[in-house]
Amino acid sequence: MDYFLVSFFLIQYVRSSLHTATSLPNWDRLLLYGRYISIALISTYYIADSPDWFSWIWHVFMILIIYILYTKEDFSPIRSVTQSVIPFVAISIISDILEAAAPKFYAEYDDWFNIATSFAFVLCFVIWFYAQKQRKILLKEREDRLREEMASKAQKESLEYLVAERTMELTAQKEELQKAIEDLKSTQNQLIQSEKMASLGELTAGIAHEIQNPLNFVNNFSEVSVELCQELEEEVNKTSISDEDKDYIKGIIADLSQNQQKITHHGKRADSIVKGMLQHSRASSGEKEAVEINALADEYMRLAYHGLRAKDKEFNATLVTDFDPNIGKVMVMPQDLGRVFLNLFTNAFYAVAEKKRMLTEAGKLDDYKPEVKISTKMFAGKLYIRVTDNGTGMPDQVKAKIFQPFFTTKPTGQGTGLGLSMSYDIITNAHNGMLDVETVPGEKTEFKITIPIA
Amino acid sequence: MKILVVDDEEDVKSLFEQKFRKEIRSAQFEFSFAFSGEEALHFMAEHPSEVVMILSDINMPGMSGIELLKTIRKDFPAAPPQVMMITAYGDSNNHDQAMKLGADDFLTKPVNFVELKEKLLKTL
Repeated sequence: MDYFLVSFFLIQYVRSSLHTATSLPNWDRLLLYGRYISIALISTYYIADSPDWFSWIWHVFMILIIYILYTKEDFSPIRSVTQSVIPFVAISIISDILEAAAPKFYAEYDDWFNIATSFAFVLCFVIWFYAQKQRKILLKEREDRLREEMASKAQKESLEYLVAERTMELTAQKEELQKAIEDLKSTQNQLIQSEKMASLGELTAGIAHEIQNPLNFVNNFSEVSVELCQELEEEVNKTSISDEDKDYIKGIIADLSQNQQKITHHGKRADSIVKGMLQHSRASSGEKEAVEINALADEYMRLAYHGLRAKDKEFNATLVTDFDPNIGKVMVMPQDLGRVFLNLFTNAFYAVAEKKRMLTEAGKLDDYKPEVKISTKMFAGKLYIRVTDNGTGMPDQVKAKIFQPFFTTKPTGQGTGLGLSMSYDIITNAHNGMLDVETVPGEKTEFKITIPIA
Repeated sequence: MKILVVDDEEDVKSLFEQKFRKEIRSAQFEFSFAFSGEEALHFMAEHPSEVVMILSDINMPGMSGIELLKTIRKDFPAAPPQVMMITAYGDSNNHDQAMKLGADDFLTKPVNFVELKEKLLKTL
């Protein structure tokens, strides 16, 4: 009976703990056979009226099971349970051998053997029970670990998401920073440029001051020399030398006088340049007044137009005005701003006149209509003024230099190269504004004044 | 009329002498020259009440034209000479200061001699 229980439960234990039905189907079939054999054996035992020798069949059967479980690699996880059966089987076999070989000795210690067998039998179940418990703990641990793994996997995913999100943020930040650096660089360039302009302006004014005095002497002495020549001629007429000699002397005097006039003429030219240079230092000396900007712009636009018309009767251009009626009076330095307007308009008219001249020379005048436009606008505390022309435009290398003193594209004697330099000075320094230019070579030029209104 | 011209540029002397050649010859004007403010004061001390008109530059090393004007108005209150200041183009600061200190007129460089001649003849 005890053999049946041990073998039956052992086989059951092996099957349930190793899940042989699914993982080891071949062994499972053999184990099922083993169970049937065990049931068959117990049935046969009782049917045969419990013969003593029957236990030997059990021994063989048990040893076979143990041998298989113990030696096959597939059953190594439950080896400890298999081991627990060994004492029971061993004691049973020993007691049966002794019973057969030394019945006297066996009869004497019969009780002890029975106790030992029972004890080993109980031990089997205790160990099984204990193993079962261990197994449950292990299973629970495994489940816990599995759950933890799931949790950590979820955490990992959320972390990855966070990382991706942060990476995107960082990339955006990096791009922003790069843009900021580029902005800074361009601001720095502008600053350097305006510093350069400021120092050039000062230098220009300084040079002008130094040149003015000697230049005055040149002009004054040459003028007075012309007068002296006239006097000398009058005196020669009073003398009684021959007419031939008189004419010769007068010829020399005329040449001298002409030379002096040339000196005066070029001296005056230099003088007007010096005056232009000096206006640099005067740029910020004016007082601000409330001025009707639209009226000021209109006035200087007409002034510049008629100034050019006086020199060139052929010239004409369409004047377009786009005034913001809400501007009204603004605090500016009217004379200085007027000078800026005059410069910008003069340049604009010059550009359209040049384009017309070039097109006429090339015979492609077609339907070119010179146009100069002024527009004003005020919003967000800033005054915007645009002077646009559809004239010659400028290439980049010219555009880069137009605000430098003495840079001019006009023929010698027609421009001092100080107009825009001074305008720049007036807008940026005296009015804290900005003077920019946009141009398309051969098509148009636009000057943009921006002045903050306090 | 005795006119004292004060300027640190010595060529001013020959320029004036040539420009006013006719007037000098006809003894209409009599020019004297000083090449600094100090020299001008010295000259006026030596020739009291002779100078009718002073033409003075403003920017000079040493005593400036403004200081000279101030001193003249203080030291020669009796028979005060007319003082005409001459200075560089567009110096409004000096102009206002000179006018406040009692200058009679103001000329800018380069001096327009036609205008100056008219002004001098008017004072005669």
